[in-house]
Amino acid sequence: MATKVPINDPMIDPRTGEYAVIAPGHNFKSVTQKIAGLVLTSNTPLGWFFGLMVAGAVATLVVISVTWLFLKGVGIWGITMPGAWGFAIINFVWWIGIGHAGTLISAILLLFKQTWRNSINRFAEAMTIFAVVCAGMFPLLHVGRPWLGYWLFPYPNTMNLWPQFRSPLAWDVFAVSTYATISVVFWYIGMVPDFGTLRDRATLPLARYFYGMLSLGWRGSTRHWIRYETASLLLAGLSTPLVLSVHTVISFDFAVAALAGWHTTIFPPYFVAGAVYSGFAMVLTLAIPIRKFYHMEDLVTLRHLDNMAKVMLATGSIVAYGYGMEVFMSWYSASHWEFFMMWNRMFGPMWWGYWMLILTNIAIPLTTLWSRKLRVNVGYLFVLSFIVNIGMWFERFVIVVTSLYREYLPSSWGTYRATKWDYLLFIGTWGLFTMLFLLFVRFLPIIPMSEVRMMLPQTKITRRGPDAETVIEETT
Amino acid sequence: MPRREGIYGLLAEFNTPSELVYATEQARAAGYRRMECYTPYPVEEAAEALHFHKNRVPLICLLGGLMGVTTSFLMETWVSVWAYPLNIAGRPLFSWPAFIIPAYEWTILFAGLSAGFGMIALNGLPQLYHPLFNAPNFRNGATTDKFFLCLEATDPQFSSSGTRAFLEKFHAVSVVEVDH
Repeated sequence: MATKVPINDPMIDPRTGEYAVIAPGHNFKSVTQKIAGLVLTSNTPLGWFFGLMVAGAVATLVVISVTWLFLKGVGIWGITMPGAWGFAIINFVWWIGIGHAGTLISAILLLFKQTWRNSINRFAEAMTIFAVVCAGMFPLLHVGRPWLGYWLFPYPNTMNLWPQFRSPLAWDVFAVSTYATISVVFWYIGMVPDFGTLRDRATLPLARYFYGMLSLGWRGSTRHWIRYETASLLLAGLSTPLVLSVHTVISFDFAVAALAGWHTTIFPPYFVAGAVYSGFAMVLTLAIPIRKFYHMEDLVTLRHLDNMAKVMLATGSIVAYGYGMEVFMSWYSASHWEFFMMWNRMFGPMWWGYWMLILTNIAIPLTTLWSRKLRVNVGYLFVLSFIVNIGMWFERFVIVVTSLYREYLPSSWGTYRATKWDYLLFIGTWGLFTMLFLLFVRFLPIIPMSEVRMMLPQTKITRRGPDAETVIEETT
Repeated sequence: MPRREGIYGLLAEFNTPSELVYATEQARAAGYRRMECYTPYPVEEAAEALHFHKNRVPLICLLGGLMGVTTSFLMETWVSVWAYPLNIAGRPLFSWPAFIIPAYEWTILFAGLSAGFGMIALNGLPQLYHPLFNAPNFRNGATTDKFFLCLEATDPQFSSSGTRAFLEKFHAVSVVEVDH
């Protein structure tokens, strides 16, 4: 690497020149104390209360706007014909995409034996679940009568009605509900040994009881651990095709419809890449303040930030390829409609959406992330993570709105304008997400202690010969 | 279940995983079978030393997955062909390619739930009480930084004094008797 790094930086591994995954000097006890201390401390930082207050206040916007929605109906939103999807679907796809990085980190990187993921996977998984909570709300509200939402599930009923299994919207129900369930199970099972640690370290009887119940009586038995490791690996193996399928199915909501700008085969891979892109941006948005605020720089190191930035660079490039292909195909297909759609996206009345997308998703990140210096610049990454998420929101905006509002028949052309209720609900979900995340940070172990212990050098097993003195073999 | 009384076993505490694995191998060689290691993170070498290989979690997961795919595919077929046939753009009633997607999702759902809950059930959890929690040093270390080997009293080889002498050979931090 041409970039100069400080020679005596203890965080840099002298053999590889890379930043260490975990700071030197830690042992089993110190990592446990550090992580469990965040949860079991009796003095909650004031900043946490302040944050929870602000987030909770913003989250009340959800309650207010949903109440008004229930009273008045979806007419309070900006959805009209032909733009009937609007913010609800944009936000749904945006939030669920954010969730995907959590599963990617916890599942795919586990299968690839990327142990650096161990310190960030727990809060990435938590991010997934809270993002799915925010995402799931939108299509349910968008159906107009959310109290009848259970009609979407196949169950025997007195009306003798059943779902229509050829519809991508029915596939969505299966994909998203499976995704939410498996994510919660994976997350919880991952926390069980850590709940055991918290139970054993808690001093307050209430905390001991609470974590004791959650730990299911975990006692670290080796036979349990082996089954546990198998189950984690299987769940990871199952989550990997699941996470790829979820955004694929969501892209089918668009791609199966015969509409210019939607009806393309590139949608599934390009949606998945975009989801991972925005998800990693969100992990950075959350990880950077957490490591700073809770002094976790020795467990969430610059190596993690650098690696995440590299994943963003890769997935961002796939997304850029997707945009390029869309433009190319609109010309190469020789379809009048496709050509008009792309022209309308770039230079029509909503041109600003498209160029905003290119600027924030492609131009800024994909030119700067090549520099290692910027990839380990915490402040820059924090700002960039916001830029990318704005860009990914605009991507969904461009796909949903600019394809719909000028479709085949000029006589049915319209426009789309979001109302204040659209904005309030969307902003409210940010508050809800932040609030849930703050509660998670306070009450649950944010870094998996058992997995961080596995990364320590003390795990090395020294085998001894028959005389019990000579070392014959070392394994880690 | 008969009331359990008396000694559950002898619990040896070690500072490093290497000492634990060595002691476990020696205990196995000495003929002990009813024993278990307790560690703060998975130590595969300890499982090898215990000769623990019978892990049925993958089988349960496979069966769950097969159940998921059959349940959902048969349900979709029954619903779309017999229970509620709908003509959607002239497509055949049995349009199986479309049914693959929910079937795929339910395969993962059933397999994942089976793997997770199967693991919990095979481990005999939830089990909020265990005799080992009575040991004074167990809860302080087993989930933090210590490595334990427990030789259980039900083992035919077990004798209170002989087993203690055996365990003390391995420079354990402590060897304590655990009561039920």
